[in-house]
Amino acid sequence: MSAPPAGMGLQDALVALRAERRADDVVVSAMGAAREWMGLGTHPLDWVFVPSSMGQATSLGLGLALAQPRRRIIVLNGDGSTLMNLGSLVTITAEQPGNLVLLTFDNGVYEVTGAQPTPGAAGGRQAGDRVDYVALAGACGFRSTFHFTTLPEWLAGARSVLDATGPTFALLDVAPVPGARGPRSPGPTGERARRFMAALGPRGELGIDHPRRPG
Amino acid sequence: MFSGEQVASLFARCGITHVVTVPDSTLGQWEPAIQKAGIRLVRVCREGEAWAVAAGLYLGGARPLVMIQCTGLFESGDSLRNVLHDWKLPIFSVIGYRSFLNQETLPGDTTLIFTEPTLQAWQIDYRFITEPGQFTVFARHLETCSAEGKAGAVLIAEGKA
Repeated sequence: MSAPPAGMGLQDALVALRAERRADDVVVSAMGAAREWMGLGTHPLDWVFVPSSMGQATSLGLGLALAQPRRRIIVLNGDGSTLMNLGSLVTITAEQPGNLVLLTFDNGVYEVTGAQPTPGAAGGRQAGDRVDYVALAGACGFRSTFHFTTLPEWLAGARSVLDATGPTFALLDVAPVPGARGPRSPGPTGERARRFMAALGPRGELGIDHPRRPG
Repeated sequence: MFSGEQVASLFARCGITHVVTVPDSTLGQWEPAIQKAGIRLVRVCREGEAWAVAAGLYLGGARPLVMIQCTGLFESGDSLRNVLHDWKLPIFSVIGYRSFLNQETLPGDTTLIFTEPTLQAWQIDYRFITEPGQFTVFARHLETCSAEGKAGAVLIAEGKA
């Protein structure tokens, strides 16, 4: 018999986040996290990034954080997606959005393609070591970093993560979901984009400070 | 080709709030004027990021523009596809056409083979700017795309690699 997978259940972790999420928080979700987040219900300020370009949720979250500096923007990302856009960690810290929280769910595999190991996971590396994403985020300049390996730790610490001085990076060790499918788009993209923008409210309400004009 | 002040003034007139960019030797010279015009520069590490950052800015109520070299257009593929075609977001881009005006700079530069076919493959409504007298073409295309909420691009011929 094989050993049980390490890490907390992804859905359990998201249920805990859902309990701590403020009504005016924006949640950007992608890939497996989007699939599970959608399964827990809907919210007008959920940006279910499906279809997506894999890896770009962090960048889209940065754009939202800059445009909506008085809202908290929470990005739900995977380790495979993080690896596809590692530079975005540097871009984020260059901009220093204090309202951006990046939650990275690390299951060590490309889940929906059959659970092949990522090159960041111990199983995907010749030396058998695991990339330290928390150290990486810290070195990039995230002002707050966290690592949760079990559900009780996450339950106890989720509020602290959301309220930390941003930009914030938290790594959560999660177990792969066996046989998981990729997320399906919950509706027509154009209509979803319009509804989301309407939910954010008129420009300037909680959003950007209008730029200076020359002269 | 154009001064930073010309370009920045146009961007400001069109209500551009953010320029998401990786510079090249032509576009990068515009940065001080763009910032002086009160437009925020967002410097990304690779061009694929630029489209997603711009998408987030747009969804959040800002009016971003992507400014990259044609080599970055090649790198942008999947992100550009997602933003412009899956989500149909009206992101305008300014694309520098490396060495077009001085093809001795990089003999055999294959950007000269692939740049326009790439723009066409991605079904981007673009205008090709090869001389300073075409600033009005640049301006009109940006103004039209902004007013109509459409994606578009200008391809700016450059003289240096």
